[in-house]
Amino acid sequence: MSHYFDEKDLADFPNIGELAPEQGKKFFDYYGSATSAGALSEREKALIALAVATTQRCPYCIDAYTNRCLSLGISGPEMMEAVHTGAAMMAGITLAHSTQMRKIIKKKVM
Amino acid sequence: MEARSQLLALRSVEGVPPFEGRVNALGGTPLAAHGIEVLQINVGKRCNLRCRHCHVEAGPERGEAMPLSVMRRCVDAARLPSVSTVDITGGAPEMNENLEWLIRESRGLGKRVIVRSNLAILAEEEHRRFLDIYAGCGVEIACSLPDCSQSRTDRQRGDGTFQKVIAAMRSLNARGYGVEGTGLVLDIVHNPIGAYLPASQEAMEREYRRRLCDEHGVSFNALFCLTNLPVGHFLEYLIQSGNLEDYLRTLAGAFNPAAARRAMCTNTLSVGWDGALFDCDFNQVLELPVDHGAPTNIRDFDPARLNGRGIVVGNHCYGCAAGAGSSCQGTTA
Repeated sequence: MSHYFDEKDLADFPNIGELAPEQGKKFFDYYGSATSAGALSEREKALIALAVATTQRCPYCIDAYTNRCLSLGISGPEMMEAVHTGAAMMAGITLAHSTQMRKIIKKKVM
Repeated sequence: MEARSQLLALRSVEGVPPFEGRVNALGGTPLAAHGIEVLQINVGKRCNLRCRHCHVEAGPERGEAMPLSVMRRCVDAARLPSVSTVDITGGAPEMNENLEWLIRESRGLGKRVIVRSNLAILAEEEHRRFLDIYAGCGVEIACSLPDCSQSRTDRQRGDGTFQKVIAAMRSLNARGYGVEGTGLVLDIVHNPIGAYLPASQEAMEREYRRRLCDEHGVSFNALFCLTNLPVGHFLEYLIQSGNLEDYLRTLAGAFNPAAARRAMCTNTLSVGWDGALFDCDFNQVLELPVDHGAPTNIRDFDPARLNGRGIVVGNHCYGCAAGAGSSCQGTTA
């Protein structure tokens, strides 16, 4: 194995239920249902998925959902807006965790 | 790029099995036609545009144009009762001086006539008359418009193209095209601007309707999604950009048996500008004429030998069989 993440392995995603077919089917049913158009459009869901993919740093998901966004006619700047939304959320989440730090500082420092 | 080089490039991608074996394995029989419902006539390779994705490699400098003698034979062939539709394509069909004759003769036979127009050409004074010819004859128009944003369409088709298309759509809307109840059909054909597959037709139609209606005030009937087949200019782009392997593997990975069995070649006969017969427009470019004992020129048109002919396939066929399928009438599965 030359890489932990191999681009070609994205094609193996449909086989992730191989060792647990029952759970695999349930996952794919859920995945298909959750990512299809509903009250939110396919475009909106693809952008959410792209933001999650980048914040969670999943190379397969970034590949899949960048292509999906392109297929849906979503422009580069629109995709970048979604990524910045994710980035801002991550920054906010990090800073929000400083609350704990600040509380401890205030409690411990004379 | 020569046809032979194109076929060689398509066969050389590791991990992509030959399409022929894949489709033959489905029902144990080779892919075959089941009649001729659509007679698709390529009236020439001349075009006012030079699009980066064009599989025909059409352009202003191309001289190939179907002569009237060949058109007469096409009209004779279209008399066949099973032929419901005469589907006229190019290049820009409007640049063939005999297009009006072909339309009127085909409509005179009671056939549905589709013209695949880039619409930008109707903004040119010389070709504006087709606005009224199309409306007067009840021609269905399939307008290729790769994207509903101006910048992205112009990047693929040339500066100013998008606004010309919008202007032509307004003129057609004013004549009743794309307006409910008139019977005048204006459909849009979408294809991706790059090395990726199209999204679902429903999603793209919704987006086009939102953008074209809201931002430009134009309407249309339906939108068809086409997968870019790795042929012609688009194949050159794939090779030059290092995308060929990934794109072909994506197509092969999305192989859909239902789409393969419903490919447009199974009910379509494609006629080249010089009368040569093909299973599809893409095989024209790859110089793969009909085979398996069927006559190869419209002058020898013989429905009995063409109706059930075996289809000539290659790895480019993965494009029509991927995902929801792709044809000149949109998705197939």
